Amino acid sequence: MHEVQYKLVKCTINGRPVQTMVDVRASLTDMLRNDYRLTSVKKGCEVGECGACNVLIDGECFNSCIYLAVWAEGKNIRTLEGLLGPNGELSDIQQAFIDETAVQCGFCTPGFIMTAVEILETGKEYTRDELRKLLSGHLCRCTGYENIINAVENTMHKRLAAKK
Amino acid sequence: MSVGESIRRVDALDKVTGRAKYTDDLADKCVLVAKILHSNIAHGIVKKIDTSAAEAIEGVVKIVTCFDVPPYRFPTAGHPWSTDPHHQDVQDRVLLTQHVRFYGDDVAAVIAENEVAASQAVRAIQVEYEELPFVLDAQRAMEPDAPLLHEAYPNNILGHTNIRKGDYEAAIKEPGLIKVEGWYETPTVQHCHIENNISYAYQEGQRITVVASTQIPHIVRRIVGQALGIPWGDVRIIKPYIGGGFGNKQDALYEPLCAFLCTQVGGRCVKLDVSREETFVSNRVRHGIRSHIISYLRPDGSFAARKLECFSNQGAYASHGHGIAAKGMGAFPQLYPCDNLECDAYSVFTNRPVAGAMRGYGIPQAMFANESHIDDICRVLQMDPIEFRRKNMMPVGYVDGFSKNENYVDSLGQCIEKGKEYIDYDRKREEYAKDTGPVRRGIGMAIFWYNTAVWPISLETSSCRMVLNQDGSIQLQMGETEIGQGSDTAFAQMAAETLGIPVEQVHIISSQDTDLTPFGLGSYASRQTYVGGFAIRQTALLMKQRIQQYASEMTRVAPFDIDIVDGNILRTTDGRVLMTLGDLATEAIYSLTHSQHITSESTYQIKNNAYSFGCGFAEVEVDIPLCKVRILNIINVHDCGRLINPALAEAQVHGGMSMGIGFGMSEQLLFDEKTGKTLNDNLLDYKLSTTMDHPDLVARFVENFEPTSAYGTKSLGEPPAVPGAPALRNAILHATGVAVNTLPLNPHTLFAQFKEEGLL
Repeated sequence: MHEVQYKLVKCTINGRPVQTMVDVRASLTDMLRNDYRLTSVKKGCEVGECGACNVLIDGECFNSCIYLAVWAEGKNIRTLEGLLGPNGELSDIQQAFIDETAVQCGFCTPGFIMTAVEILETGKEYTRDELRKLLSGHLCRCTGYENIINAVENTMHKRLAAKK
Repeated sequence: MSVGESIRRVDALDKVTGRAKYTDDLADKCVLVAKILHSNIAHGIVKKIDTSAAEAIEGVVKIVTCFDVPPYRFPTAGHPWSTDPHHQDVQDRVLLTQHVRFYGDDVAAVIAENEVAASQAVRAIQVEYEELPFVLDAQRAMEPDAPLLHEAYPNNILGHTNIRKGDYEAAIKEPGLIKVEGWYETPTVQHCHIENNISYAYQEGQRITVVASTQIPHIVRRIVGQALGIPWGDVRIIKPYIGGGFGNKQDALYEPLCAFLCTQVGGRCVKLDVSREETFVSNRVRHGIRSHIISYLRPDGSFAARKLECFSNQGAYASHGHGIAAKGMGAFPQLYPCDNLECDAYSVFTNRPVAGAMRGYGIPQAMFANESHIDDICRVLQMDPIEFRRKNMMPVGYVDGFSKNENYVDSLGQCIEKGKEYIDYDRKREEYAKDTGPVRRGIGMAIFWYNTAVWPISLETSSCRMVLNQDGSIQLQMGETEIGQGSDTAFAQMAAETLGIPVEQVHIISSQDTDLTPFGLGSYASRQTYVGGFAIRQTALLMKQRIQQYASEMTRVAPFDIDIVDGNILRTTDGRVLMTLGDLATEAIYSLTHSQHITSESTYQIKNNAYSFGCGFAEVEVDIPLCKVRILNIINVHDCGRLINPALAEAQVHGGMSMGIGFGMSEQLLFDEKTGKTLNDNLLDYKLSTTMDHPDLVARFVENFEPTSAYGTKSLGEPPAVPGAPALRNAILHATGVAVNTLPLNPHTLFAQFKEEGLL
């Protein structure tokens, strides 16, 4: 019988230290979806083109479908499920996606929101064109992106105003 | 009041938290995985399949080939079934085929313990073909010596319909007429919903349950039954949240095959998750249509006679059949009525991926041809395109003889006015005409009309169920499906409005389960808010009657003096609140004298249709040496009747505009002439718009309530995708004087055209 190679991967997912044995060929998408049932991580192309599987790894966005699960060793990973507050409160960017009607079928939404988190956490102010560029790694067929950009831009302005 | 308000989507919370479950999220981790072996030739006969090497791969459970499937031929189109055999969809598919008709056809399937084993086994299967010549072009396929795809269809013509009105040949002899002629071509494009088609199937007893990402669960139930040759009641389809559809999932795709594979492994759960590459090649695409238009005009700008020929590339199988080309042709004489017409539309089989339904169902192709041609006419006559349209477009009072649709008010004129004002058309039209340098600006527009639902071509019916809970809230169940467009939210608003309860008290069940959900046809033809509205209003009125009756029993107030307002039972004579609906519902259920679970359910068959109208304006900057177009401004204006939820309507228009821009500027599937292989079957090489590819999208509305509608609304799902491409093409014409008649308007197309016209 062919022997599958497994490796123990220890990492932090949504603030919780975890460990599991993974098939060394598995992608991070596979590990997050199958082993941890974090199903906000979506599969749209599995070759890093659509952005639906995007997660934050040590604060930086990656398409988890082209990131090996074993590379997650020691990393801090955040998915959409990790954005809720301790009592289930929505984060400002999640609320903005609701308020700006930025959600339609919802399949690209988790990936977009995680990139929005990366953008917002820089604390910088971006122009609308800069935001367009920063969000361009995600494909959406429902919204024409209009309300998604509005949601990110408005949340950015609110956060910047709160800092002042 | 709830209809007309921009309430938040009912599913938004679950979708921004990742709690919303889609098909793959629900599948058991231990499912068997199925993979399909697709043909690597465009046309041929499978002679032999050697599966021995594949079977030896560890983890392979079963291999099924085209020699092992049931003999039943089935249709795939997501149409209501017709009990009249002459109106039934073409039944030309089998689960796996011995006669492969396009590069990517389905030859065999592997079921394995895991995805890796299944993929390895697919690669290890040896297929021996007898290759046949193939044809990729629709007009070439009609020639007598072209390879034949289906024996029952000589010259590969799946369908040919025509319109004859007046006497075209006589009319063109009128002295002093000006002839304008053009050929217009639209490419094959794909839906590109972000969730690929996926299904998984398992058996309970003899019955098969298929959980699937589909727009049409009740229709898929029937087709799975037909394909497997089993009673339709033995099939149960469950549709959870789906990641977009746009018409691709208005076909039975691989649900029948998935169900069959499940029966081949003793009913164990089998998952068939289609890759992005397979979505591009082996699902459905939009018909590429070549249109030829001749118009004869009088010098005053009126039409004397018109001729239209459309050649629609059907690909290898019938799917939705000739309906798409026929619909496109039907739009032509209604948008600009003319007394003398000769129109012919052909749907032609070719050895290309199968064309089916896609947002707009033939109208984006038809309007590109039609509205481009109008601007060509205006150039010849030196008339302003808006002035010409106002003179010739469908007049107020126009009634279509077939659909009985009526143009009640000057919707088109009002939409044009709104768009024109927003984009500052008149000033820019004049100013940009002066541009002469290498970078020039232009402004263009296009109008359209669209049907609502499919009556009278096919059945229109909708069913609804309401169940009253103890607290006065209700469950609402519809056979019509939420696929991202927001119909669940609109339905909840309608139910709340008629029942007189707050919208938060309406719990709509988003998922359809053919065992539990009332019959509905699903999401297509921009039908759901219109047809669903009838069923909701009727069912809510039934429910209200029962509540009034029960309230009367409790209070001795006459039922006709009782109303429900904001969740309270009211005596209408003096406005006194008698009790809350919750109090009534609790009593009704637990009463020791008369216990009643108050529910209502009804079906409404809709024998109406409605014209939806709109227009698009686009402003562009064309860099002639680079052959690049930058869109400076773009707006759609729609009259879809009353807006049930203005914010959702606007969002729907944004998405359609983006799809229209992609169709106009960048999207096209390319095929290798030598092999028939699809060359760009991925999201890198297929140019779907990103956040950087268009400017801010502007959506505006004119609200003329539709008189035939239960809530004043009519179609908006598909129309937004229609006017973008012709408006952009006409803007480029205005900027450069070059009429580009082939989509997409990318640098490849523009370079050839600019060169030919001497701009380069």
